[in-house]
Amino acid sequence: MPRIKRIRKVSNPPVIKGFKPYGPEVKGASKEPVTLLYEEYEALRLCDYDMFTHDQASELMNVSRPTYSRIYASVRQKLARAFVEGRPISIEGGKVYFDSDWYYCSSCTCNFNNPEKDKAIKNCPLCGSSDVHEYEPTDDEDVVSENDCKDICFCPHCGYEQRHRKGNPCNQMICPDCNSKMKRKGHKSDKI
Amino acid sequence: MKIAISSSGNTLESTIDQRFGRCAYFVIYDTELKSVEFIPNPNKDCEEGAGPASVQLVAAKNVGKIVSGEFGLKIKPLLDSLKIQMIVLKDPEIKNKDVIKFLTRTH
Repeated sequence: MPRIKRIRKVSNPPVIKGFKPYGPEVKGASKEPVTLLYEEYEALRLCDYDMFTHDQASELMNVSRPTYSRIYASVRQKLARAFVEGRPISIEGGKVYFDSDWYYCSSCTCNFNNPEKDKAIKNCPLCGSSDVHEYEPTDDEDVVSENDCKDICFCPHCGYEQRHRKGNPCNQMICPDCNSKMKRKGHKSDKI
Repeated sequence: MKIAISSSGNTLESTIDQRFGRCAYFVIYDTELKSVEFIPNPNKDCEEGAGPASVQLVAAKNVGKIVSGEFGLKIKPLLDSLKIQMIVLKDPEIKNKDVIKFLTRTH
């Protein structure tokens, strides 16, 4: 089975759904449209409109640099085909997600995001208060959240333990004593 | 709409769990039927991939929002593509019934 495709990050959906050709040779809706995927539109926007390098753009889309280059090559081919053959272009589909922004409610002190970009946030989804703002992360908040997780990462090799830090997957941590990979403590297979 | 709450126990008196993927129970609250359902989380002791597995579990219940203390790294892209809203409550003392009381007022 092939590896599952990574979900590509798209910052904003395109403002248009597609393009139509015009001219004396074009008669009505004659030809099959060329379908651009959302991720291809985003790749074109990042590289040719925002002038990022492939490396920077691939990071923004949350894919590897070679994958980004493949998406970019495919969009160039599709656009060229549409221009040369006089086909309409429609932008749809693709394995993408639209990055959502965070909001903060001062009334119940909760943070929440807005996964549906086309609808504006007016009320807090929890308490219904209209006292909501866009959330700006601050540095001192991270220090507090690091220490309030009670889970423990441990090294299966030498038994070294340390408190789990949020946002750092245990299996990517390296034990400072014996340089082997660490695990989350409390897993069933470790107790045997 | 259905709303999932990550909970540390299977009663309305239990507090919400500060972790999403490895919480003990999920509370599924239905705003139309006013019903509450408790689902034990099979990914509680997962070594890795607890977050995405839990997303799959609650997404199968057709929830529109998830209330939890914290969401892991892998979860935001998944929930954004499923159009599920995340609500982060940093208060470890808050109980399930308090969250549900909030939700009944707004829906």
